[in-house]
Amino acid sequence: MPLERSRSAPLEIDSLHVRRGERDILRGVSFSVASRSLVALMGLSGSGKSTLLRSVAALEPFDGGEIRVGDVALKPGVRRPPSPDPLRDRVGMVFQFHCLFEHLSALDNVCLAPCWVRREPASDVRARAAALLDQLGVGQRAAARPRELSGGEAQRVAIARALAMDPPLLLLDEPTASLDPARRRSLGESLAELAASGRALLVTSHDDDFVRDFASEVVILADGEVVERGDAREVLNAPRHDATKTLLRGLAR
Amino acid sequence: MVGALALAPCAVEAQSTPLRWGGDSEGGAPYIEADPQDPSRVQGFDVDIAELIAKELGRPAQFIQTAYASLDQSAARGDFDIALNGLEDTPARHATLAVTVPYYEFSEVLTVRAQDAQRFRSLEDLRGLRVATLGGTTAYELLLVAEREHGVVPISYDDDVHPYEDLLHNRVDAVLLDNVIAERSMRRMAGLVTQPEAIAVGHYVGILGPAQRQLRDRIDIILRAAMADGRLEAILRRWLVWNDRQPNLYERLAQGTYRAAPEAVSESAGAASSDSAGAPRPSGWDMAWQYLPSLLSAAVTTLVLSCLAMALAVGLGAVIATGRVYGNRALRALFTAYVEVTRGTPILLQLFVIYYGLASVVRLPAFVAALLGLGLNYAAYESEIYRGALLAVPRGQLEAARVLGLSNWQTLRLVRAPQAFRFALAPTTNDFVAMLKDSSLVSVLTVMELTKQTQIFATNLGSWVVPGAVCAAMYLAMSLPLAQIARRLEARWSAPGAT
Repeated sequence: MPLERSRSAPLEIDSLHVRRGERDILRGVSFSVASRSLVALMGLSGSGKSTLLRSVAALEPFDGGEIRVGDVALKPGVRRPPSPDPLRDRVGMVFQFHCLFEHLSALDNVCLAPCWVRREPASDVRARAAALLDQLGVGQRAAARPRELSGGEAQRVAIARALAMDPPLLLLDEPTASLDPARRRSLGESLAELAASGRALLVTSHDDDFVRDFASEVVILADGEVVERGDAREVLNAPRHDATKTLLRGLAR
Repeated sequence: MVGALALAPCAVEAQSTPLRWGGDSEGGAPYIEADPQDPSRVQGFDVDIAELIAKELGRPAQFIQTAYASLDQSAARGDFDIALNGLEDTPARHATLAVTVPYYEFSEVLTVRAQDAQRFRSLEDLRGLRVATLGGTTAYELLLVAEREHGVVPISYDDDVHPYEDLLHNRVDAVLLDNVIAERSMRRMAGLVTQPEAIAVGHYVGILGPAQRQLRDRIDIILRAAMADGRLEAILRRWLVWNDRQPNLYERLAQGTYRAAPEAVSESAGAASSDSAGAPRPSGWDMAWQYLPSLLSAAVTTLVLSCLAMALAVGLGAVIATGRVYGNRALRALFTAYVEVTRGTPILLQLFVIYYGLASVVRLPAFVAALLGLGLNYAAYESEIYRGALLAVPRGQLEAARVLGLSNWQTLRLVRAPQAFRFALAPTTNDFVAMLKDSSLVSVLTVMELTKQTQIFATNLGSWVVPGAVCAAMYLAMSLPLAQIARRLEARWSAPGAT
């Protein structure tokens, strides 16, 4: 067991197995995400990308293998995480549809967890939240309600909300799905900056151009298994596995 | 009899159309009660008198069950030909209906607990104490006068059985009612004493619609004949209500010295009625002005009761909803059972059980029982609204909270409940408005709320037009601002997911 490495790597997935009813969603998936890296997770719809992300965030139980997030090891079959959950300091998640709290302003969405989970003083939290929104380019929207935000703005607020707890590992589910090319580029730059500042990012995506330009590494999932992984440009420019080729052909259309 | 009529409905002549007569058989012995041997039939001295009249008219008698408090309105509408139910000879009835000659003279008597027999001999002895009677009667009017003169607290009931039960339960300290009712209750319940002195004297009459004066005149002749030849006496003796007052009444009637209701009551009760035979009756609006203070105070009771009961319903409803969404199997089963039983049984039954049914265990004051009954009942409905609202908050909201590290309780309090509240606002307001009106049901527990007070007003006035308009205006004055506030809140939040 590479115990030393698990301390340093924000995410290690080892033989992850997820079964839903009779179906095997994930069949022994292993890979890790190091600090300062942006790993892209690609695959056809139904290949298990979202399930993997949700398992890492402990939103769904898994059936075999192990997930280590920093020094927290998740075990199979656990439905109820402990409370308070040590995992929550170590992983943040940005949902595909953002899931901002509809009744709170953008700023209050960012402040909620630091105020109530960490019990930090409200004035500090608000100053830091405002700075985070500024940094992500949505500082002027701090007072807006989620339903008043555009898709791109909502996504940046959701990223700010996840970053407010300062997690070493950030999960993003299909962040480029609803963005036009210009916004995709600016999001990519923001994410690359976050990685450069020391975080580990695991991003699911259907956008091979985005992955080529901004991911340091790509993991290709097919039928619940990792079929190919490596440097993002190398893998995508010269795919070796049939599943990768099929995936890229599909994306090119 | 009814079957025979049904067989030949077309061929009946006017003479054999049944004499439809109205009365209330609920707790009505010895006036009208269901026959213990055959509960589909009624018996009592009013039944016998109705049958005597019908026989003399050559028509079969047909009983029409009607709530006691509605008999005047039903007679005016023509729901039946005549009502006979120990109905008192009052100025209001003379003003709006056709009234027969009196067929019985009763006295208003005071009944107290046996241990109080020496202390409470008259209304003056009951300053500051609760005195019960049947609503909308002369006795109630007497108590209103005594409230002003002696400071007694009148408590109005919808029936003439529960006042005596509540007297035994110490909920009231005396009952003022007709000697007939008092004597019956003394036979049924131990531990009560009726004071021999009459507080006032009154007369039972039959009432008919205002256009039925011809029929009334024929019935008067029949009644006078029955008085003269002893048939009426036989009926009254059979039901144990005959006494020395009756021959005296018959004599006055025969000699033409019987005086109509106003004098009959005022002779012994002084200021019981400001009406006099010659003076014009006050109009509805004048009466409304006089009744305004008591209507306003009844409206305050309605409003306070509704607000408190709604607060209880919202609080308990939130607890039940939360328990059903988050609780373990046992808690969910318990709360589900509560909701189903409460929704599945009538609120009137629940009110009776809480007030009268539990009286042997805990004697709740009427207002508290009303508050509990309404609140506990509405809690079941509120909980279903809140449960639906909690389930309507998208799962992604809860997962987002969980990933951020919020505990279940924090998620409920900071994310789920605030959003559910917005979904629940409109239906909750709706229920609050419904509560304002449903609170009128608690008059069965002697709580004097707006509808009950209006009913008393209408009975005394003999018309629903003005009281109905004033009462409706007061309900609207309470419910419209409520709807307005709710609309404003909704607009401010404009519930997410609604768009």
